[in-house]
Order: sequence, then C-alpha cells, then structure tokens
Amino acid sequence: MLKISLSKLDSLFELIGSEKTLYLPIEKAGQVQFYQYEKGAKVRLDALQTVKSPKDLFFPQSECYARFQVKQNNISIEAIAPCDDKFVIFGVRACDAKSFELLDRVFLSEPVDAMYRSRRENGVVVTLSCNEPEETCFCKALGIDAAAPAGDVSAAIVGDELMMEARTEKGKELCEKLAALLTEADSKDIEAYENNKKAITEIINKLPYSDLDMSAFENANELEMFKSDKWEELSEACLGCGTCTFVCPTCQCYDIRDFDTGSGVTRFRCWDSCMYSEFTQAAGHNPRTTQMERFRQRFMHKLVYFPKNNDGEYSCVGCGRCLKKCPVSLNIVKVIKGLGGNK
Amino acid sequence: MQRAEMIKAKILELMQNKTVDRAIGWKRGEFFYDNSPAVFETPEELEDFVYDSFCGANLSKYLVKEAKKDGKVLVCIKPCDSYSLNQLLTEHRVDRSKIYVLGIGCDGMLDIELIRAKGIKGITAVKDDGETLTVDTVYGERTLPRSEAILGRCTVCKGGKHVIFDELVCADEEKEARGDRFEKVSELEAMTDDERFAFWRSELSKCIRCNACRNACPACTCEKCVFDNDASGYASKANSDTFEENMFHIIRAFHVAGRCTDCGECSRVCPEKIPLHLLNRKFIKDINELYGEYQAGETDNGRSPVTNFTKTDAEPSVIYERGGKN
Amino acid sequence: MQIEKKEFKPLIVAFCCNWCSYAGADLAGSGRMSYPAEVKIIRVPCSCRVNPAFILRAFQRGADGVILCGCHPGDCHYSTGNYYARRRMTLLFGMLDYLGIEKERTRVEWVSAAEGAKFASVMNDFVSKIVSLGENKRLEDLRCKEQK
Repeated sequence: MLKISLSKLDSLFELIGSEKTLYLPIEKAGQVQFYQYEKGAKVRLDALQTVKSPKDLFFPQSECYARFQVKQNNISIEAIAPCDDKFVIFGVRACDAKSFELLDRVFLSEPVDAMYRSRRENGVVVTLSCNEPEETCFCKALGIDAAAPAGDVSAAIVGDELMMEARTEKGKELCEKLAALLTEADSKDIEAYENNKKAITEIINKLPYSDLDMSAFENANELEMFKSDKWEELSEACLGCGTCTFVCPTCQCYDIRDFDTGSGVTRFRCWDSCMYSEFTQAAGHNPRTTQMERFRQRFMHKLVYFPKNNDGEYSCVGCGRCLKKCPVSLNIVKVIKGLGGNK
Repeated sequence: MQRAEMIKAKILELMQNKTVDRAIGWKRGEFFYDNSPAVFETPEELEDFVYDSFCGANLSKYLVKEAKKDGKVLVCIKPCDSYSLNQLLTEHRVDRSKIYVLGIGCDGMLDIELIRAKGIKGITAVKDDGETLTVDTVYGERTLPRSEAILGRCTVCKGGKHVIFDELVCADEEKEARGDRFEKVSELEAMTDDERFAFWRSELSKCIRCNACRNACPACTCEKCVFDNDASGYASKANSDTFEENMFHIIRAFHVAGRCTDCGECSRVCPEKIPLHLLNRKFIKDINELYGEYQAGETDNGRSPVTNFTKTDAEPSVIYERGGKN
Repeated sequence: MQIEKKEFKPLIVAFCCNWCSYAGADLAGSGRMSYPAEVKIIRVPCSCRVNPAFILRAFQRGADGVILCGCHPGDCHYSTGNYYARRRMTLLFGMLDYLGIEKERTRVEWVSAAEGAKFASVMNDFVSKIVSLGENKRLEDLRCKEQK
C-alpha cells in the first residue's frame, strides 16, 4: 500500500494530468461533476456524489457516430473513430465503480460496443472509499462495500494521508508512474487504514436503508410483479421527466439520431430515458401510453429483468442519486419497499 | 403539525359528506423531507397525508390530468400555487366545476439541498422552532438559521393571499408580500454583455436535458412539446451542443412569457440548480416595464401581454437604449 | 509565404413579409439600388409568422445577423399581424441581450412596398454593423460550423 500527504495532492494531480487526461470531482457553478482537471480547479474529494454519475466518461450523454456531407450529387461519409484519449478518473465511489461492471455486461457482451470498449480500455479508475456516507446510501443492501471500492486503484483518505493500492495491471502502471510522489505505507498506516474501514462500516450499519430487504426480487415472479396493483399508486406523482435516468449510474438506454446541419447530417447517439413519452414510439405506434407503464418498465428492468439476464445482479448500485434529485421524491427505495411488501 | 391535522380533518369531512371524491395532497415519504404528491381516495389512504415544510411541489399541474377523470377532485393549494391554478383556468386547461380548491397557509418551504450544501451529511431529522433548525445526522447534531435553508423561491413571496379558493384552512391571508424578485435580474442587466454571457454559459452548460423544468412547470401544458417532436429537428434529450441548451431554455421561457406566474417550480426541480426562474423573471420585468404591470394568474380571465398589443407599443429597438451595458 | 487574411463575409438572414417588405426588396432590385449580396431573404406571409425559434434556427445554421422586416404598424395586410410581431421581437431581443448575445445582431425594420430605397439603406447599414461585430460566436452551433 502506498501513501501521499493530502497537502501534496495538487502535485499528484499535476503529475497524473501531465501524462493523461485527469477527471476529478470539481465544483463549478455550485455543482460537483467529473470535470477535466486544470490548475486552480475547485477539487471536491469530500463531496460524496457528483450530480451526474461518472458513467458519462465511458458512455457520454451524446457522442457523434458519423458525419454525412452532401456536395453536389455526392454524399461523403466520415465515420468517427472510437476515442483513444488516455485518461484517469480519480475519486470514483464504490457504487459508481460497481456501475461500470454493470455497464460492461451490457456494452461488452456481443455485439461489443466499440466506442464504449475503447474508452473502457483507455480509462484508469481510481476509486475512493466513502468516509461520510449519507442517509440516502443503500449500497450495502446491494452487496457493495463503500469501505472497499473496486477499480484499478483503490484509495482512501485516512487522517491527512491518501492511501492508494493498485488492484489491476493498469492500476500498477499508474502507481509506478507516480512513484516519485508516493511512499510505502508502514504498519502504523495500515492499522489506521483498517480502523478507518471499520469506522465506515459502522456508520453504514447505522444508515436507515442498509438493511433494505431485497428478498422479494430474488426469483421474483415476473408476471405477478408486472401485474401488481401497486404500480398505479407508486407512479401517480411521476412527472415523466428524465432526471432519475440521467443521474443514474446504471441506466444505459440510448437513442441514435440524425441532426441536420443544413449542409449535411451528423449522426449521434444520446442517452434516452424510458420515462419519456416518445421512448417507445416506433413506426407511428406507441405501445406504452401511460406514465404508469413507463415507470413500471424502469423499475421492472432494474429489479427483475436485468437480474434475470445477468446472474442475479440488480441494475442498481444504491448510490441514492434518484432519492436526492427526483422533483417529486419518487425513487427506487419507495418501489422496493412498496413492491416488496415491507414498510 | 397541527396544521396538517386540521387540513386532513377538513378533507375527511368533505370526502364523507360527498362534496369531493378524491383529494390531491402530499404523502409522507421515507424520510421526513421526501414527501410526494399523491391522490387520496379513501379515508384510510388519508392516514399518510402530510403537510409540513417539505411540501414544495405545486399541485396545480396534476389537475390537468386529474380533473379529466370522473367525480370532483379536491386540491390543496398554497397561496403561490393559486396563481398557477388560476392561469390554468384562464387557459381552460382545467374544468372549474370538477375541482374543489382548498386554500392552505404556508410559512415558506425548506430545501433539503440547501441544508446539505452546508456540508451537513447523513440527515435523519430536522427540528424547526421557526428561527433555528436543529439537524440530527448520523454524525451528530448540527444547527443552522432557518433563513439559510429556505427554498429559493420562498425568499421572495407574493404574500398569503389565495387568488382562488372554495374554502380556506389555516390560511394567513394577512401575510404580506416580501422580497424584491427582480433584484438578481437587475444585477445581471447591469453587467456587461461579456459578464452576462459568462454567467449564463456557466449555468446553462450544467443542463442535462432532463426536462424536469418543463414537466414540472404548471404553464407547460402542451399536449406535445415541440422539443418532443422528432420532426422539429431539436435534439430534445441530448446536450449535444451549447446551442441546444440556449435554444431550449430561450424557447421554453418565451413560450411561458406572459403566462408564467413566477411560481419557481423550474428552479426548485432542477437537479443542477440552474436559476431558471431568472429567465422567466426577465420576461416578467420587461413586460411590466414596457407594457404595464401584469401578474399572470391574478384573475381567471387575464389576457397574456404577449398577445395583448396596443398600437403605441415600444419599438423593438427600445432594447438598444434600455438594454444592459456593452 | 504569407497567408492572405480572409475578409469576413457575414451571412445575414432577412425575414420579409410578403405584402410590404418583400415587395420593397423587389422595388430596390428593379430600381437598381444595390445592397449587399450577403443578405439572404426568406419570404414569410406576415411578420407575425416569424416564431422566435426561426430567429434562433437562423443563428444555428450560421447566420451572423437576423433582421425581420414587415409592414409599417397600422398597414399590415392582415390588420394586426405586425403588432404581435412587435411585442414578440421586443421581448425576444431583450432576452438575447440578457443572455449576453450582442443585441445588434438582431433588428426589426418596417419597410413598405414603396420603400425600395429604405430597404437598400437598411440592409447596407445592418450588414456594416454585423461586419464590425464580426462572426457570431455566442449563438453558434459547432456541428453546423464543422460541416460548412
């Protein structure tokens, strides 16, 4: 295990930034997001969450596929090559790190998504354990340990030191490049690190949702759940905006659209939201006409369909973003409790 | 607390004497702060009714859908929501005979995000003595002045008056309006256009195109929004270019100009906390200054200033003279 | 070798109402009065046909300035169309200014069918204004610029 004093973090960021593009939780206009690091940026490693999840860096909200240019009678097609920028994301929380694994299941299974794969291969994920989890966190209920996040390198802030440990080849490579700034942790540091881990676990056990009961969704009867009369009540306040899907680290639906630039066409993909009325619009017909059906689809997908096709993994990592951001305070916990029958 | 009980009792009474069939109010959430709008149909369901400082949601928009159903629906309306409701009635989006308006009092709502912004984490309870908030967290107790956690839109208030109601419960009609709602608009107008441009770029570039502002807005009731129309050529959900952000917010603000009652839902629901109300207030300020004071929703038959022209209106070139600095 | 600095040629979109301003442009043409070729005229049935989205769309597709021309107030072919346009554009231009977009990039002028000379002078004046402002950077769509 390696360590660096918190006071030297800036030089650490400078060094990483000189080699690769570095993304960090940075505050701009009052909100914390993963932005590219630049000197003097307001880095907020203390912020538990960014508004948008870091999935944006592997699966951007919108990304260009191809350009078509019309000149006289000819159409030229320019395909956009997958992005090969080498980058590091620093300060990813355990829940968001887990979300990358879930996205991998979707985008890296056949047919592989070349854009996503390229970013995934070029990106190094440095995770950070959560010293101060919040009441909206329920990662524990989904089997994630906020004190021991995955990633290529896991880091933790212990006292005034940042402890780092490489977990993969990519991680080792990064740590080697940073060797000049890092020192080996001694047994005292490791003890402090272990104590910090224990302290985190203790807080997590105190959080209200840590013992959220997911049993109703293990081997759930799909049709029974689909037909449940709870959906009407659970969804009645839903405004049909896309906030929950756009802040969610595991939502992966996208749309492919053409934009007419006046002299050609740009084909791009962008995040889509199953909460939008035209999400299922196809060939003049829309099979999901009510917001209840859209709402049901989102949660059935996360809690029933996805696990069924993915070895029982829920498509939720318990980050709690939807709990904080829904304009009318609807969220997955209310659904889990409502459908699971526990209150 | 007492207020919630009184409102609940009144709704129960109206349900039992068959004046109304259903009621729209707020339902207790999982935490103390995450109350959701809900439709109550039976006295049993009404057990979960709640009304406290975390009931910011404006319920009037739900009427567009609910008033189309059979029977009469009761709606809990705070003073500022009553303007939105009146505007919906003006535009014939809601059938007056199908609704029963229960005007309820409001002391200004709180915003949990503002409490969190103070660095207070793991919040489990808040005690409110009217002056100070005592926040219980998993990390111990913290206090802050109530005034620092007031929902943005409640820092200015139109007062305690309900412009439409069938009955009032615990309403404080005497409460006076407070705050200058155009303060920030004037401040922006006084900047140079470079500064204004920088301000709006930094704010609007946060937009994630979730459309929460549009979907929560009681004035946005188009059956199909132009931004949802594939044939319109707008990328409704993609933040693919800075232009699209500008376009969406300008067009949205323009479409509600003269109809926006300044209820502040857009800024309340924005997950990125973009001060969208400042766009609407610019239009309101310009309308007031150029075409005379107008408050949308003040009556149920107001005519939007955007269509209510006179032959002696100012020329568009007026903005060269009155616009901000260069 | 020195690279020749290209002279900035603005793109101007002029929305002209069918009954007055378009005829005014016609008169300017038949009267051999010159106005810059950068002005692209789009004929609309009435100035009130112009929706704020049209103005923005013109900027998106690369316009550096947008001008709306209609009948003089009181002379509208449909009696009141231009009164609506007047309020709309006043509010819209105020908003563009508020967002920090140069207010000189947008303009409304009333040009009658008999005012060919006015049409030419308005366009000359507007184009020279836009030339001095330079390229539209604040309300541009990069996707459109990339493909120009």
